[in-house]
Parts: sequence; structure tokens; C-alpha cells
Amino acid sequence: MNHDAYPDNYIRSILNSVKSIAMVGASPVNVRPSYFAFKYLAQRGYDMIPVNPGHVGKELLGKPFVASLRDIGRPIDMIDIFRNSSHIMPVVEEGLTLDPLPKVIWMQLGARDDAAAEKAEAAGIKVVMNRCPKIEYGRLSSEISWMGVNSRTLSSKRPPAPTQGMRLSLNRMSVGGGDTAASDRAAKNKSEQS
Amino acid sequence: MSDRLPGFSTLAVHAGAQPDPTTGARATPIYQTTSFVFNDADHAASLFGLQAFGNIYTRIGNPTNAVLEERVAALEGGTAALAVASGHAAQVVVLQQLLQPGDEFIAARKLYGGSINQFTHAFKSFGWNVVWADPDDIASFERAVTPRTKAIFIESIANPAGSITDIEAISSVARKAGVPLIVDNTLASPYLIRPIDHGADIVVHSLTKFLGGHGNSLGGIIVDAGTFDWSTGGKYPMLSEPRPEYHGIRLQETFGNFAFAIACRVLGLRDLGPALSPFNAFMILTGIETLPLRMQKHCDNAKAVAEFLAGHPAVASVNYAGLASDKYNQLARKYAPKGAGAVFTFSLKGGYDAGVSLVSKLQLFSHLANVGDTRSLVIHPASTTHSQLDDAAKTKSGAGPDVVRLSIGIEDKEDLIADLEQALA
Repeated sequence: MNHDAYPDNYIRSILNSVKSIAMVGASPVNVRPSYFAFKYLAQRGYDMIPVNPGHVGKELLGKPFVASLRDIGRPIDMIDIFRNSSHIMPVVEEGLTLDPLPKVIWMQLGARDDAAAEKAEAAGIKVVMNRCPKIEYGRLSSEISWMGVNSRTLSSKRPPAPTQGMRLSLNRMSVGGGDTAASDRAAKNKSEQS
Repeated sequence: MSDRLPGFSTLAVHAGAQPDPTTGARATPIYQTTSFVFNDADHAASLFGLQAFGNIYTRIGNPTNAVLEERVAALEGGTAALAVASGHAAQVVVLQQLLQPGDEFIAARKLYGGSINQFTHAFKSFGWNVVWADPDDIASFERAVTPRTKAIFIESIANPAGSITDIEAISSVARKAGVPLIVDNTLASPYLIRPIDHGADIVVHSLTKFLGGHGNSLGGIIVDAGTFDWSTGGKYPMLSEPRPEYHGIRLQETFGNFAFAIACRVLGLRDLGPALSPFNAFMILTGIETLPLRMQKHCDNAKAVAEFLAGHPAVASVNYAGLASDKYNQLARKYAPKGAGAVFTFSLKGGYDAGVSLVSKLQLFSHLANVGDTRSLVIHPASTTHSQLDDAAKTKSGAGPDVVRLSIGIEDKEDLIADLEQALA
């Protein structure tokens, strides 16, 4: 997989197929990006599991925190890693010990570890790096257009009015150009330095 | 779902607009409302905290304006856009995110006269110091860079003479200096030039001109290219540091490659207030649907009129980059191969008095202070748009006393030439 620019179909197929997402590094602090993303994905109907050893015993939007991926105790479709590039590898290695394996490992905006991605892909796991699933879901459904963001999709279909907890259609016509030059560059430079 | 890239005309009609979910309306509805009802207290809190997508209040965002924003972002090849009340408002909002009092920005000397005034006088009172450079001398931009430089500002096709700026050369000066390049693309429109393809980090427009195109609605827009890394060196604290207005959110960390557009919305538009009316957004959107057709006609007419004037005995010189003999023709071939725009100047052998006489005799050309209308327009910059500059600055910016500026419309070119012919007789 070329991790500099993902085809929309790759991201679309992941977001259309996964149901459960373990978010490693989820924060109960409501101004952290992980909190934003956790809340949004839960509202869009994903089965969200917060993973953070510092908050065991507490809940995030009604879901109990677990200390590690192994503590989840049931199969999960996707691991979403909200950690800096330097902390990615141990999470991926732990993910590779799960049975069954997760189908997708996703690293958050700004996070990239090519060696960890290679390991995961060798085990047949799809990898996304330096993207936010909330932004990508919002973009492919065009919900993010409400903020003037270029969704890079077109549709002549009448969408249903969105309601709480509803899954939105991501099957719009893509107009290409999936690279995010500056943030990609920044994440790559950081992971090369570390 | 293929990832096929649609053409410019398809994007001009479709980007950002889909049938209305509630009514099925196919044209974009005018959401003429100040405010939007929240689902519940939690939803309101999520919106105010930037945690959810959605509308709060039309000063911050509006669904009609959002369609316009996405459309222009798509046409320019940017990640996001923010529509505001005018081109001038766009410039204030952009620089507010980049400059602290005492900072500098470098601007090309050839600019719309209103921008020269805004930069020289209004921005001085904010402590934002403009340093002028010559777009025909790239080294003058390099020499102007200091540790306080925060941005470089140019026009792609520059007022008033329609000269073409070497965007790539100035972009490399900006990269070397570690500052964003802001390009005002008003006179070109993305149909002729897409500055982001040539290294611009931010594009601004007066939508009032060719994008709206009908001389009926003011508007401005800011397009984020998504290319600039705001996190380095703490130079751009509005983007890289925790924002007290939003409980400590860091915008670049949270919004990635469209953080600049978000900063302009939630720190600029929200607090300064120059919101675009949804009705104007609707008018401009309707105009954009025909931008490719209009812009080509504007350019073809302009070339025919420029050629006519260049051959007329009363005319001393014509500045139109689309003429093979023009000093900017090479740059025009590179940056604007479909046409060199429709705004240009010429000077009359009879000087100031001949200019005044020409303007008074024209029957089809309207004498007014705008460009980029369906109608052909004429103005004498020295006594109007550039009147607040001293004589040396007028000449340097291409608006000397003998200069007349035309903005060529989409009428039949034979009628425009006949009107000029009778007025020059």
C-alpha cells in the first residue's frame, strides 16, 4: 500500500466494513482529538471500545475503559491508535497477538510508523496512517462539507436527513487527489527523526 | 465508485451541491436564517466545542455558504474554504491568523489599489507592517525577508494592467523563508490559473468579480491549500498553540490539512464578523456554474479588443499579456494558456484629457469601479481606484495619468470594438 495517498475506495471499504473499533489512547478529556473522534464514531453507530491503562475503572460515554487490547476479550475489527509515532510499534505488536487478528490498524492524523505498518500488512491486516477516521467518514459522506471542507466527492442523489446514531452513505463519486501533503510530510519527518 | 477525476466544468456545476435532504430541492436552497436549532444540550455543546459537524449561527457558517465554499475549494484544488463578505474581508481574516502586532508581510507592489490602501493604512493600525517588493524582480522579494516576515502576498494576474506574476519563482522564495504564499486569484479565476498547482499555500478571491461574474453580489473567499506545516517553530501560534477560546484545542493537531480554513472560520470570521449573506452566496454559486463558458468568452473578447486598440492611431500602448508583443506574454503562455484574462490597460497619445473624453463618449462600456462583470467596464484609475496614491506610486503600480483600464464583458466583440472606435474618433 502506498501510504502517502490512499484511494478513496480503500478508505471507503474499511469504513463500510468494520463494526467494532478499539481506540488506543482514547482520552476522557473533552478537548482532545481522541475524544472528538470517539464520540463521533460512536454516534455513527460503530461499536467503540476505549483503551487506556490510565483510566481503567472509568467510562467514556458509557463505555468502560480497558487497560490493553488483550483485555477486550472479544474479536475487534479495527484498532485506531491515538499515540505519537514513537509509540505505535508496541501497540501493533500487541495487536498481532490477538486471535482472531483485527482486520484494520489505523494510525491517527500526524502518526506514522512505516516499519509497524509493514509488520501488520505482512500479517494480512489493512493499514491506514496519518488520517482521522472522523474526518474521512465526514468527508466521504460529505457531512464535513458543512464546514466548507472539500469532500472531493460528488453526488446527485437526495441524502436522507441525518439522525442520531445513523450510518451515512459513503458511496459517493470520488474526484481523486487523496494526499494531505503538509501533514504527511510533517508526520514522515517526525518518524524519520525518531 | 471510481476515483476518476471530473473536469473543471463538472466541478463548477456539481462540487459541494447535492439535492437538499429535507425537500429534495435540486438547486441549492437559500438558508436565509441567522441561527439553527440544536437537537439537545449535548449537541449544542458538541457544536460549540468544534466536536461535531453542523450549524450554529450564520456568522460562523451557513449551509448555502458551505456549498459555495466547497465548490471554490474544489475548483482551486484546495482542502477547504471559507466565504466572507468581500475580498477585503478575506485579506483581513487571512492575515489575522498569521501576524501578531509588529510582524511583517511582503506584498507585490502591483496590486488592486484598494489592497494597497488596506495594507498601507488600515493594517498599519493593527501593527501589521507591509514591505513592498517588485513582482518583476524576484530578488526584491528575497531581499525583503526578515525574521519578522510571516507571509508573502501577490496577485496571479495583477491589477490594473493585467500583468502575469511568476507564482512559482515567488513560491520558492516563500518556501526558503518558511512562510506561506498567499495568492489573490481574483482576476484569473481558477478557470485560467490554479495557483495551488504552482506553489500557493493560501488563495483569496473577491467573489464579486469573475466568479460571481454578474456584478450583482459582493463576496470574498479564502482557500486553504493544505500544503503548509503550521507547527514548526511556534511561528503561527493561532494554529499551533492551545486556543483559550476553545478550551485549549490546537487547531493543526485537530484538523490537519484544513486547519487554516478552520482557524479563519472559528478565530477570524467568528470574532471579526464579516459574514457573507446566504443570498449573495446563492447568487455567486449560480454565477460559478457558467464560469468556464463566461471566462473563455471574456478572454476571447479581450484579446480581440486589445488587438484592435494596438492597431489604433490614437493609442500609445496596450498592456495585455495575451498579445504576442507584450512583456508578460511568455508568463501568460505558461500560467494562463487558455487566455490572459479580461482586465487590461492602455494609454492614449492624448494623455489625461483624451482618457476623460474617451470615457465620456463610450455608449456600451460602463464607467464604474468594478471588474469582472458580464458588461464591459471602463475606468480611469489615476482619478479613481488609485487616486489615493501619489504620482510615483501610481506609475509604479501601472496606473499613470494617461492610463485607461478596461474590463471586457461577454457582449459581441464587434459591438465593443465599434463603441471604442466611435469614442476614439
